[in-house]
Amino acid sequence: MTHEIVHRPYPRGRNRNSSRTRAVAIEGRCGEGRRVQALLAAFCAFLVFLFLMFANAAHADEASVRAIISKFADAKGFSQVEKVIDELAATGDPLAVRTLNALNDGKLQVKRGGTVYIEENGKFLDPITGEPVDGADTSGLDKVKIKNSLRRTISAALSGMTLMAKDPAIRSQAASTIFDSSDASQLEALEKALAAETVPSIREQMEEAKASIQLFNSKDPAEVSTALGTIKARGDRAALALLSKYAASADGELKEQADAAISSVEETLSMWEAGQNVWYGISLGSVLFLAAIGLAITFGVMGVINMAHGEMVMLGAYTTFVVQELIRTSAPGLFEYSLLIALPMAFLVAGGVGLLMERSIIRFLYGRPLETLLATWGVSLILQQAVRTIFGPTNREVGNPDWMSGAFTLGEMSLTWNRVWIVCFSLAMFVALQFVLKKTYFGLQMRAVTQNRRMASSMAIRTPWVDAMTFALGSGIAGLAGVALSQIDNVSPNLGQSYIIDSFMVVVFGGVGNLWGTLIGAFTLGIANKFLEPYAGAVLGKILVLVFIILFIQRRPRGLFAQKGRAVEA
Amino acid sequence: MIFGHFLKQGLASRYVQVAVLILLAVAVMVPVLNLAVPPGNPFHLPDHWVPLLGKYLCYAMLALALDLVWGFCGILSLGHAAFFALGGYAMGMYLMRQIGSRGVYGNPVLPDFMVFLNYKELPWFWYGFDNFWFAALMVVAVPSLLAFVFGWLAFRSRVAGVYLSIITQAMTYALLLAFFRNDMGFGGNNGLTDFKEIIGFDVSAGSTRLGLFVATALFLIASLVIISSVVASKYGKILVAVRDAEPRTRFIGYRPENVKLFAFVLSAAIAGIAGALYVPQVGIINPGEFAPANSIEVVVWTAVGGRGTLVGPILGAILVNAGKSWFTGVLPEFWLFALGGLFIFVTLFLPKGILGLIGQVKASARARREKRAAEQQVLAE
Repeated sequence: MTHEIVHRPYPRGRNRNSSRTRAVAIEGRCGEGRRVQALLAAFCAFLVFLFLMFANAAHADEASVRAIISKFADAKGFSQVEKVIDELAATGDPLAVRTLNALNDGKLQVKRGGTVYIEENGKFLDPITGEPVDGADTSGLDKVKIKNSLRRTISAALSGMTLMAKDPAIRSQAASTIFDSSDASQLEALEKALAAETVPSIREQMEEAKASIQLFNSKDPAEVSTALGTIKARGDRAALALLSKYAASADGELKEQADAAISSVEETLSMWEAGQNVWYGISLGSVLFLAAIGLAITFGVMGVINMAHGEMVMLGAYTTFVVQELIRTSAPGLFEYSLLIALPMAFLVAGGVGLLMERSIIRFLYGRPLETLLATWGVSLILQQAVRTIFGPTNREVGNPDWMSGAFTLGEMSLTWNRVWIVCFSLAMFVALQFVLKKTYFGLQMRAVTQNRRMASSMAIRTPWVDAMTFALGSGIAGLAGVALSQIDNVSPNLGQSYIIDSFMVVVFGGVGNLWGTLIGAFTLGIANKFLEPYAGAVLGKILVLVFIILFIQRRPRGLFAQKGRAVEA
Repeated sequence: MIFGHFLKQGLASRYVQVAVLILLAVAVMVPVLNLAVPPGNPFHLPDHWVPLLGKYLCYAMLALALDLVWGFCGILSLGHAAFFALGGYAMGMYLMRQIGSRGVYGNPVLPDFMVFLNYKELPWFWYGFDNFWFAALMVVAVPSLLAFVFGWLAFRSRVAGVYLSIITQAMTYALLLAFFRNDMGFGGNNGLTDFKEIIGFDVSAGSTRLGLFVATALFLIASLVIISSVVASKYGKILVAVRDAEPRTRFIGYRPENVKLFAFVLSAAIAGIAGALYVPQVGIINPGEFAPANSIEVVVWTAVGGRGTLVGPILGAILVNAGKSWFTGVLPEFWLFALGGLFIFVTLFLPKGILGLIGQVKASARARREKRAAEQQVLAE
């Protein structure tokens, strides 16, 4: 027996995905850093202008900030450095941000007597403007040492300043930092920012940050109680963490209130979690549906057991790979459209192979389903080996265009774009296929041949031609599915093998000859699988679903949506 | 008396007679050629051939078991390798217990992988496997029980044809996934291996391997005779009737589900024995044996040899596997092309397999002879 065919119980796509999302997240953070710098440069440039506009007491002028910064030079020990940081923080002036960042990164160089430079790549920069200082006196410079507790102080100070930043994203970020840290020293800066804030969503965030500070520092029970209400209304994981922390130290009525808030937040969270599970289930269901829908045509409508169906999916995935390779070498600008180009190509390639298969093998085996099964299994082995010989046995890299990568959050749920697109794509395929089957002349012919071959033939329908076209359509659709699946799974010669059993399960579960059955079957199995996973684990969940299908077939041998008929045997 | 009747019925077919004689000859000749003929002699059978041939005979037995349900009852099981593997696992568990304290970790009770996975005591389903008789019982009982439950459910609700094939495939796939889990207590991904001895004999010794080979040949002969006699009996006729026209058989008053169930359980038991003989000769059993592809391959052996002929599947299993050994040695990339091509060729051009072809040639020759005789008779008149 073959050991060459290695079976994979786990779909491998998921890991790749999560690392991709992570990479995107990191990139995003770096981008933010750059934005902060750009923003600071703008601040420096419009320095004087700004101070004329806002004669705000909180915004000290550059000279006073510089005076405070120069105190770093003579600060001895961590405690004095901390005092200077606090002083800088108290000004709330964004001018100090560059210095604080440099201090945090260990790049602040000082010499006794008030000389302060930022050292970067061997150059000495002015601590406020960031311009290189000509003729800087570099002898006897010392680095200002910091430790972790100081880093926390610095980051709190920085967030106080960023609260007033121009960019709403930075303000929002600062508010959520304060929310997490509940740092009482930020209260004053926060209240000022709150008074000046105009964007409602950021106002809300700042209110929550204020509540977070009040929760741990206020002596007034009424204020704490209001704060609890605000945090409860936020209802996310960070809120839960804060509430639990508070509840651990609280007592009396407030503790009761905190506990009630915790359970309310937990309820909200568990609803989101269920929502996330449903989404995962829908996402898995869409994959199952894509894999099975071509089979629903060839097996469901024609009654041909196409064991090479998975290989049609694989051919679609490899077509995507080839299209992307061609684009990479000859027209890199088209990469964003590579999937759109690959779709018709994959349809033609897989459909063509299907047509060839039908004309050369399957048409001799109509009415002998078990023999068809064996012959198409043979075709699947040949196709696998052919792809292995041409493209090699290892995974091929199919890239995600930008609009397919990344993720976004919806409430407490995180959705990746590729999954969202695949769900949309699978639904679009369903609608298109229903249209072809129900509204076109070809669909009419197809249904006629399925229902009564001889009668259709008498009505001058070329049944062999309809057979060939139907099989080609089913195979082509499998190819389309391959394009979509290449985005989330490894493109290897074994790609098809991992889908074939699942697709048969979906079609059999949903009931043959009915696309609605396939749709509902796929999404039911997908969601059931994802809901079993937390309790039973991924593999056991899948086993349970398989056992469930086996038992289900006993109850309803013709599937969920059986075609009605009076024949003793179909 | 009954036994004699059984034997007579089983050996009624000419093909079976020939096959039994050939297998007996093989059972005698392989030890002779291996032991009595000196290594330099061209007729000497190298040591590594013995387990290889033994493996082929195990596969032949599996194909024979499948032929009973597919060839005579029309149940295309795509999960027969599961029964084979379950029998193999039962034997593997016995062999694991025989290792005793000679394992890498030297634990007298727990097999190595359990020590590795921090098991504190033997799981309950491993009890009793230190006795050979218990393991031998389980080799038959576990696959039979699974076949009984599965068949009882499936045949009673009249799941037939393609649907049955697909759910047998689901069954073996579910078992594959289950046995891959480390928590199942069957060695997970790596399966069971590193066997030391079987009923006191060293598994890797040449004499043990010869003994296992002869045992496999004898079991194969016994299975062939049993199945052949079952098929030739009155029950066998009903079996064929169910295959060809199940509703009609039901209307006449038989219970097709019971008829099918018996064949399915018998077949599973024989597959289990084949698996049990396979494991000590190959030296390993792992979840890969449950792979759906394996079961489908068994179907092609049967189809190549000729389904419904009993001897054909034996021939097919040996030929295809010998071809595979040769191909994977000489042209490893082309094995799947060859196997795939074989699937297509056999289904399109040899629907009755090799033995069926011989039968067809004979039948057409007889028809031609009769036609000629008739013509001559007409001329003479």
